[in-house]
Amino acid sequence: MLSEIFVEPFVLMADIPDLLLQTIWEGFVAGTLYALIALGFVLIFKASGVFNFAQGIMVVFAALTLVGLYANGVPAWLALIITIGVMAILAISIERVVLRPLVGQNEAILLMATIGLSLFVRGVGETLFGGETKTMITSELGLPTGITDWNVFDGRVTFQHIDIAAVVIAVLMVAGLAVFFSKTRIGRALRAVADDHQAALSVGISLHQIWAIVWFASGVVALVTGIMWGARSDVSFALEVIALKALAVLILGGFTSIPGAIVGGLIIGIGEKLFEVYWGGLLGGGTEAWFAYVLALIFLLFRPQGLFGERIIERV
Amino acid sequence: MKFRSLAIALAATAITAGGLAATAQAQEHYIPNLSYRTGPYAGGGIPFANGFGDYFTMLNERDGGIGGVPVRVEECETGYNSQKGIECYEATKGNNPLVYTPLSTGITLGIIPQTTQAKTPILSMGYGLSAAGIGETFPYTFTYPTSYWNQMSSILKYIDANGGLEGKKIGYIYLDAGYGKEPIPVLEALSEQMGFEWVGFPVAGKDMQNQGSQWLNVRKERPDWMIMWGWGAMNATAVKEAIKTRFPLDRFIGNWWAGANADLDPVGPDGKGYLSANFSGIGTDFPALKDVQKYVVDAGKSQADADKVGDVLYNRGLYNAVIIAEAIRVAQEMTGKKELTGADMKIGLENIKLDGARLEELGLAGFAGDLIGSCKDHEGGSPVFIQQWNGTEWERKTDPIEPMLEITRPLLEDAAAGYIADKPDWKGQTCS
Repeated sequence: MLSEIFVEPFVLMADIPDLLLQTIWEGFVAGTLYALIALGFVLIFKASGVFNFAQGIMVVFAALTLVGLYANGVPAWLALIITIGVMAILAISIERVVLRPLVGQNEAILLMATIGLSLFVRGVGETLFGGETKTMITSELGLPTGITDWNVFDGRVTFQHIDIAAVVIAVLMVAGLAVFFSKTRIGRALRAVADDHQAALSVGISLHQIWAIVWFASGVVALVTGIMWGARSDVSFALEVIALKALAVLILGGFTSIPGAIVGGLIIGIGEKLFEVYWGGLLGGGTEAWFAYVLALIFLLFRPQGLFGERIIERV
Repeated sequence: MKFRSLAIALAATAITAGGLAATAQAQEHYIPNLSYRTGPYAGGGIPFANGFGDYFTMLNERDGGIGGVPVRVEECETGYNSQKGIECYEATKGNNPLVYTPLSTGITLGIIPQTTQAKTPILSMGYGLSAAGIGETFPYTFTYPTSYWNQMSSILKYIDANGGLEGKKIGYIYLDAGYGKEPIPVLEALSEQMGFEWVGFPVAGKDMQNQGSQWLNVRKERPDWMIMWGWGAMNATAVKEAIKTRFPLDRFIGNWWAGANADLDPVGPDGKGYLSANFSGIGTDFPALKDVQKYVVDAGKSQADADKVGDVLYNRGLYNAVIIAEAIRVAQEMTGKKELTGADMKIGLENIKLDGARLEELGLAGFAGDLIGSCKDHEGGSPVFIQQWNGTEWERKTDPIEPMLEITRPLLEDAAAGYIADKPDWKGQTCS
């Protein structure tokens, strides 16, 4: 038994190094996509303290809107622009209808409001687009398709071009958000709101405007995530539940840290793949279903603020 | 005085409404359809529900129902969620339902005890509890035309006939739920008897579009063949991952829920060669389907898009309706009653005879294998055939492949005995 845990997996890694590289790459891509989903959560949590339970369905809704518009004859790039517009309208509506009446309410009430929001958005999505699985318009958007093999260690590592594109776009998006937060007036206002609502209000920053902007930014992140995940598999309502894995990412990385979301996503993505491939068989397989949450639980026990979260100081 | 008048008015209303309800129930065949048009599995649930409903609508429009009594299909949305499915059962059980079609193994397992007690049949067509095929133990549950266990035996027969099974390694990728786990006992038993090794790759429902790990394990284990018990978005994702892993698609066989147009349309030409089992016809080249198009689809009474009529899952749902309609006819003949109960329906299902001649009369010649019901055999033991994706549509690849009944029947009997072992009050039946 000890040999199966401490020796054989490493022997296998040495015996089939291309499989190890492939596993790390697959984990890296999955981790990047988890990080993108988590990024949507972080943006909203930073600005408003709301854990947006609807982030997963926003990913599905954005992707469905895009493919739905295209299916109805709208050219791909125009459909993309209209979808961004739809996410903007959704953000403004959420701020007006859901958040504004609940200003100052307990966090639990805001969480419940986002659960209600997720049910509403799911219902609207199913009514407008139906429940069938849709195919993402990958090549129509100019995204690469196809596969490249890297022959190495007497084996091969396979790279899907869409995976490479997902990583590149995720890096660009994070860099763009970092510049936005640090260099623009709105970005600085957003950070001020995140630090202290009352102080931000006192210097004339509009909370309503900031919330609408941050929900819109989160909607755009959801759209990008939906495109990338939809291109790897398909667009269906099953994508919504994958988004729940971002909860574990947030616990690892911290609810308010963008670098934390990225590092947390990568740790979970790579960790769950390595664990399933090299140790999963000992537990009957299917460990990916719980690995992220167990890891998050361990972090909660020893570092509840996450890797990059602000240290929790309680005065007694 | 006012209170007295109000009470009389309420009483009168209640009596009238009750009378109307009773009349309505007496003039229809009521069939609750526990369907799912929403949620992660809607891609499979929608075409199935459309085919199911459209056939009964066609019978109502063309023939005025069955035996002069119209059929009322009432859909109850389950979202493929067992808890919601049981709620649907509770909500509809008081309306004199003739039969339940849960379209979910989890829901089927959840309501078998209640429906058995209520004497209302379940027809879990090719899914559900395989052991329910033992009629003496499960008098009110049917898996016609076959079960997961026998389907697995037919698939293994196909593999055996295409290169042999002995000494081979079979990979089994499955939805990690009651449905996907159901055929594992027969896989274990047959692996010993037929001399092959098998390795399982469970896919959690919430990770069905995130199968990277499972296919890395496939690459590690290097199976000779892959068999899939998938559903919903899991199927297309698995085929795409198989392509990426370079697993030969003509050695990858899905079960009959992993071989629909909805599964391979998103994959397109890249999926050419992928195989799956099936037991119902493909396409619209059947007189009965022409009638469905004429009386239902063209008349705007269907929820299906016209180009989806004849798809694999549409036809599967239609075949489910055909079996029920035929059982209603048989029950009417045998009981001499026009309006039926669940207990009457059991008689119809146990005496059903949907052979080639009868299928031809129904306008469905060659649509499915023979289905001969009996008190003892609630499973049917019908053959399945293998179909292959040609890049744009499914093509029938084999003749019907008979299941290994001599092996599976004793296993089913053992499983049925195991099911009731801890249920001392369970009521089976005696068959002559």
